[in-house]
Amino acid sequence: MYKTALKFKAISVLTAISLVLASCGKNKEEKAKKQIVVFNYGDYIDRDVLGQFEEETGIKVVYEEFLTPEAMYTKYKSGTVQYDLICCSDYMADKMIKEKEVKEIDYSSMEHIGNIGDTYWQVSKSFDKENKYTIPYFWGTVGILYNTTMVDKVPASWNDLWDSKYKNNIIMQNSVRDSFIPPLVLDGCSINTTDENSLRKALEALKKQKNLVQSYLVDEVRDDMVNEQAAMAVIYSGEASLATEYNEDLAYVVPEEGSNVWMDSWLVPANGRNYNGAIKFLDFLCRADIAEKNFEYVYYSTPNKAVLDNIDEEEKEEDTAIFPGDDVLKRCEMFTYLGPEAEELYNRLWKELKVY
Amino acid sequence: MKKLGSRLLAGPYIIWIVLFTVIPLCLIVYNAFTNSDGSFTLGNVLAVTDYVNAKPLFLSLNMSLIVTLVCFLLSFPLALVLSRYSSNKNSIIVMIFILPMWMNFMLRTLAWRLILLNNGFLNKGLGILGFNPVYLMNTKAAVILGTAYDYFPFMLLPIYNALVKIDKDIINAAKDLGATGFIILKRIMLPLSLPGIASGIIMVFVPSMSEFVIADMLGGNKVYLIGNVIEQAFNSGYADVHLGSGLSLSLMFLIIISMVIYKFFDKGEGGHGLW
Repeated sequence: MYKTALKFKAISVLTAISLVLASCGKNKEEKAKKQIVVFNYGDYIDRDVLGQFEEETGIKVVYEEFLTPEAMYTKYKSGTVQYDLICCSDYMADKMIKEKEVKEIDYSSMEHIGNIGDTYWQVSKSFDKENKYTIPYFWGTVGILYNTTMVDKVPASWNDLWDSKYKNNIIMQNSVRDSFIPPLVLDGCSINTTDENSLRKALEALKKQKNLVQSYLVDEVRDDMVNEQAAMAVIYSGEASLATEYNEDLAYVVPEEGSNVWMDSWLVPANGRNYNGAIKFLDFLCRADIAEKNFEYVYYSTPNKAVLDNIDEEEKEEDTAIFPGDDVLKRCEMFTYLGPEAEELYNRLWKELKVY
Repeated sequence: MKKLGSRLLAGPYIIWIVLFTVIPLCLIVYNAFTNSDGSFTLGNVLAVTDYVNAKPLFLSLNMSLIVTLVCFLLSFPLALVLSRYSSNKNSIIVMIFILPMWMNFMLRTLAWRLILLNNGFLNKGLGILGFNPVYLMNTKAAVILGTAYDYFPFMLLPIYNALVKIDKDIINAAKDLGATGFIILKRIMLPLSLPGIASGIIMVFVPSMSEFVIADMLGGNKVYLIGNVIEQAFNSGYADVHLGSGLSLSLMFLIIISMVIYKFFDKGEGGHGLW
């Protein structure tokens, strides 16, 4: 009796496996039409939204996350998964557009595309010249998060990151381009410079600073600032806003010399299999109630006018990290893709800083 | 017939080895000796002489030597003590030392981060006792501490196994002939446990040589090891698989050399490794 039951089990498992295998082969194309594969930053969408989309359209969302645009690019290039939608940073979008890895987006078929404010289309032009390939998702600035109890004045200048008073009390970003923002801006250079002399000069400044720096972090910056590990940190505005919620002594400032403004956008990669589904999903994301949900969850600056109009002025004034004034945007510059040679140079300089 | 059966049993193992060791190794060798155009180059293998790669390599070498030494100094006396207990009791005690290994090592490292932070548990404790705080976080010392902690059991177990195997009669005979404790340790215990020590050294030294996660988590990315360089070569936006492979190959070469040196010493003692 026991034996037969076992046999039956084995047979049913085998049939199940063969059925799955058969359906894989036959309906691969059909299946692709009924699902979209979305690749996004970690924790960068309200998960409920995905379920709602599946319910409303019947299109299944296969959702994957990545940590850095670089990791995303490596995985995308390897071609193991064919993504229908990717969300990424400006300079990476720039790179992928230049490499013709993207499809044009058919805005005319999108009902809610009008919700994205004009300003942000303009900002997007720095990487998507004719606004053909991307849709803005969230944006923000890079600035200094500081602990008001640990500094004697607002660090309104990047120079404060070189103040020896704050030895071992400064956290820098552990990414090449971000960490080069302060010295380049202070030197009056564009943050997109590829001039070796300017970059070398910036490197010397960073080497000098290394002695004062407590650590170079990415994800832990926010936690460490909330836990009062350091007095100042270079950080993205979205993270800064979240940190100030956890610790009231923290405040965020975009230094007066200027900084970087960044924009995360959606793009449709060239080898995606379900273009129509992808466009439907994008349109869905632009819809006011969905954009609102995502904004509440992610709480980064949103380019969605419909959402912005619903927020009262008081909240906007309170949280200058998420709702910066127009003057802040004016003194900020967006990253562009610099090409392989400049990338190599940056990589080299970064290593030189790391071994210093 | 029996032969065929045992050969079949080895099948999965061979498939595993080919898929996950031989093929990846071939890929690394191929990538190491080619550049992005696919043409032959020695540049990637020689890149290790460039100071931005050589400096992390020497730092790794330096730190893994210290880690190995720390692990040895901690685990030899402990293994001595443990090997003296009766077998029932000591299995529990040995288990206590292995117990942390059942937990994910990233979590354990993360725990060290919480302990070592400027206002972490360590400094809070020191504060209560009236001592000045220590700033260990984001230093080489923190990385050494974390690595030594993680690899400690790999040193302890082989030494313990070697010590347990020593025949008690030999020690008793030595005592009868008037040997002091120190002489017994120096002339009997140490030489007879040498294969275990050698295994322990290899099992701690080799992995800590290519360590990068602990340096990331406890070194605040200020401690830049050869593992970090290789990881960055594979994982950063400026990913250069060829450079990464070349550096990995150089590192492997260095480790093989150290293994050969170890074999040379090992032979002299007539023992063999336990790993």
